[in-house]
Amino acid sequence: MKNEWPLWEVFIRGQHGLSHRHVGSLHAPDAEMAIKNARDVYTRRNEGVSIWVVEANNITASSPSNKGPLYEPAESKVYRHPTFFDIPDEVGAM
Amino acid sequence: MPAGYRKTLIRQIGQHAHSEIVGQLPEGNWITRAPTLERKAILLAKVQDEAGHGLYLYCAAETLGVSRDELTEKLLDGRMKYSSIFNYPTLNWADMGAVGWLVDGAAILNQVPLQRTSFGPYARAMVRVCKEESFHARQGFDVMRKMATGTPAQQKMAQDALNRLWFPALMMFGPSDAESTHSEQSMAWKIKMNSNDELRQKFVDQTVPQIEFLGLELPDAGIKWNEARGSYDYSDPDWSKFFDVIQGNGPCNVDRLAARNKAWKDGAWVRDGLLAHARKKAARKHAAE
Repeated sequence: MKNEWPLWEVFIRGQHGLSHRHVGSLHAPDAEMAIKNARDVYTRRNEGVSIWVVEANNITASSPSNKGPLYEPAESKVYRHPTFFDIPDEVGAM
Repeated sequence: MPAGYRKTLIRQIGQHAHSEIVGQLPEGNWITRAPTLERKAILLAKVQDEAGHGLYLYCAAETLGVSRDELTEKLLDGRMKYSSIFNYPTLNWADMGAVGWLVDGAAILNQVPLQRTSFGPYARAMVRVCKEESFHARQGFDVMRKMATGTPAQQKMAQDALNRLWFPALMMFGPSDAESTHSEQSMAWKIKMNSNDELRQKFVDQTVPQIEFLGLELPDAGIKWNEARGSYDYSDPDWSKFFDVIQGNGPCNVDRLAARNKAWKDGAWVRDGLLAHARKKAARKHAAE
């Protein structure tokens, strides 16, 4: 059985004006069929108004083992969050 | 990821996916004979959902490095199992009620805790599945309610369906904890959150009042409220039957696998044709560039 259809990742935009979100994957022979299948598999209950599909082997992912070097530096930069700064009550909302 | 954890997950998720796919057969049996157009549309939607559930689960399994075709092959030649409940026949329309109400009801109890299982892709697939599964259980109960309040003949059918499917539904939670092969390890790995007996008791406790609401007779003379435990006592299913069905000797094992093999074989030209078309189109596009 070497004629397996390629794997596609499916992204759907919900009805709330949000960006497309990954919902799952499926197999399809080409992009057109992937959209059709995604419509059947992932939008049976009004979950979306727009579908993106991308062939899974076109996705480059960061490695889980790189978690440290990639994300730890942000932990020490607490001043990037607005809550770092004390604003006196008299100043009011900011 | 430890090899044993991966292997266990592939087995469990694959088996779960196969169950969804084979689970289409007993109900598909009644689509063309549903009593009204509305019931037919509802049943069709439910069976379509089962196909979707199978797909979510196969995709979750594939993230573990097993291919879809490999899993399919193992189902078709019997190396992998599916839930034994689908080896029982659906004899009449009341069975559509009992299957949705009891079988999907039991499946929900098994699947709700799996939304918190330790493997993310499996847990996420379960979130979608559980949402859709409530529709299945409710539509089953609705069919049952109609039958149970219908003509004497319909009431008899409802009772008969309940009697036949009660013990097979109890068996869906698997053998008693002491005899379950994989339970302990799966619980240690947090793949499994509750014991088989715990979930089975929950099922009995939630279903008995529903049986009483329907005005049907209890399918087991051993069902009795136990004040001290705050739960219903019930008779243990005959586990020799369970193991017999798993071994391939249930009423429909042969039919189910034959139907899946036929569908796979009959669909080969569609799969190959669409792939050939896609490749040709891609080559043409490539040549034009």
